[in-house]
Amino acid sequence: MTTNKDVLIKVENLHKSFDDLEVLKGINAELDKGDVMVIIGASGSGKSTFLRCLNLLEEPTGGKILFEGVDITDPSVDINLHRQKMGMVFQQFNLFPHMTVLKNMTLGPIKLLKQSKEEAEANAMKLLERVGLADRADAYPSQLSGGQKQRIAIVRALAMNPDVLLFDEPTSALDPEMVGEVLEVMKDLAKEGMTMAVVTHEMGFAREVGTSVVFIDEGVIVEQNEPEEFFNNPKNPRLKEFLSKVL
Amino acid sequence: MERLYEQFYNTVIDNDYWQMLLQGLWATIVIAFFAAILGIVLGFLVAMVRSTTEMTLRGKKCRKPGDFIIKVIDKICGIYVTVIRGTPMLVQLMIMYYIIFASSRNGMLAAILAFGINSGAYVSEIVRGGIMSVDKGQFEASRSLGFNYRSTMINIILPQALKSVLPALGNEFIVLFKETSVAGYIAIMDLTYMANLIISKTYDAFFPLIIIAAIYLVIVLILSFFLKKLERRLRNSDH
Repeated sequence: MTTNKDVLIKVENLHKSFDDLEVLKGINAELDKGDVMVIIGASGSGKSTFLRCLNLLEEPTGGKILFEGVDITDPSVDINLHRQKMGMVFQQFNLFPHMTVLKNMTLGPIKLLKQSKEEAEANAMKLLERVGLADRADAYPSQLSGGQKQRIAIVRALAMNPDVLLFDEPTSALDPEMVGEVLEVMKDLAKEGMTMAVVTHEMGFAREVGTSVVFIDEGVIVEQNEPEEFFNNPKNPRLKEFLSKVL
Repeated sequence: MERLYEQFYNTVIDNDYWQMLLQGLWATIVIAFFAAILGIVLGFLVAMVRSTTEMTLRGKKCRKPGDFIIKVIDKICGIYVTVIRGTPMLVQLMIMYYIIFASSRNGMLAAILAFGINSGAYVSEIVRGGIMSVDKGQFEASRSLGFNYRSTMINIILPQALKSVLPALGNEFIVLFKETSVAGYIAIMDLTYMANLIISKTYDAFFPLIIIAAIYLVIVLILSFFLKKLERRLRNSDH
């Protein structure tokens, strides 16, 4: 890793236990501006927990997470302010069912970023146009397909103008024919230089879009490399076994 | 037939007995109304404390003094719900009047407090159930946008919880309204008490009891009608 990059997130010796179960056993990682880090691993390996620790949805039990130079695991830090700059997209979309698409997207910008209603709505409409859903602005989430919901969830996060987007298995709950439309949006974002950390099972996406691929096994990163090298020349035996099953 | 009319005249018209029933109805409505308001306020406060503890502090060590305080309040709320749900309404009413209000004998206030505190315990369990039934992902999505716990509750969780608990809440208020019929035990002249009074004067129970039963029923029907309407309106808001 070169030293003159802009480090956005730096994770040092991250530990996370649920009661007696140790899920993360000392993870070190670095996410630079513009990086697309793809995190893969078997279920139960701790990859989702790792991602959810990055914005403290899970509270780490040890180690540090430096986001833009601030250790956000420090209890005196106001995590809500930092979360505004860390968008998150969930497997289950988690759109607010009692609000229209437009309201879903403008709630944060209006209440947290203190944008005017007009400004927030104009911005939201621009984002909706980008993902081809401008005509669904007044729909409620229950009226949307899974792929549409996830695209809305992505632009809802984008409306906060975040510095990084965290994706927690964004396509795992989708019907197969809808995976493509969501991945397409994510690819566009990557192309525009959005910093992303993505937990996924989509190896094609990892290979094509990732700037680095991370393999987590039993709570530690056992291999990290550029996609080309990672998939063509895996070194760790567990990774070899994993790739032979999923590819 | 004539016999029946005579009976009706003697127990309803004569001595303006019907006015006594109206007075009793007014007392019943006043008690039920203010007890319901007290029940809602108490119930929501207790539900907030208990679900907040459940969601954020369960099984965790207290890191701040505030955590400790809220855990203590949570315990008190738990005891409140257990005691109220575990003892008869009538006993609570009599404790309120004969022990707590022993020196003032303000029956109306004692009744409102007793019924309100009783209702609050049930409302709190209903609302807590509603809050806990909202998908955890809703909470996480809101927090991930940067909303704090309070805003998340107000903007995201409570609107969804309220919609799902509205039928149960409505039911609770119907039960509360009917339960006020025991207020006569502490000498409050409510609807049931007035009927009893007329019976003791005329030695005829038929019309007084049938009439107050009909009055209770009509008011419950009116309440149900408005609750249904409210439910439908809330349901329409999200298809």
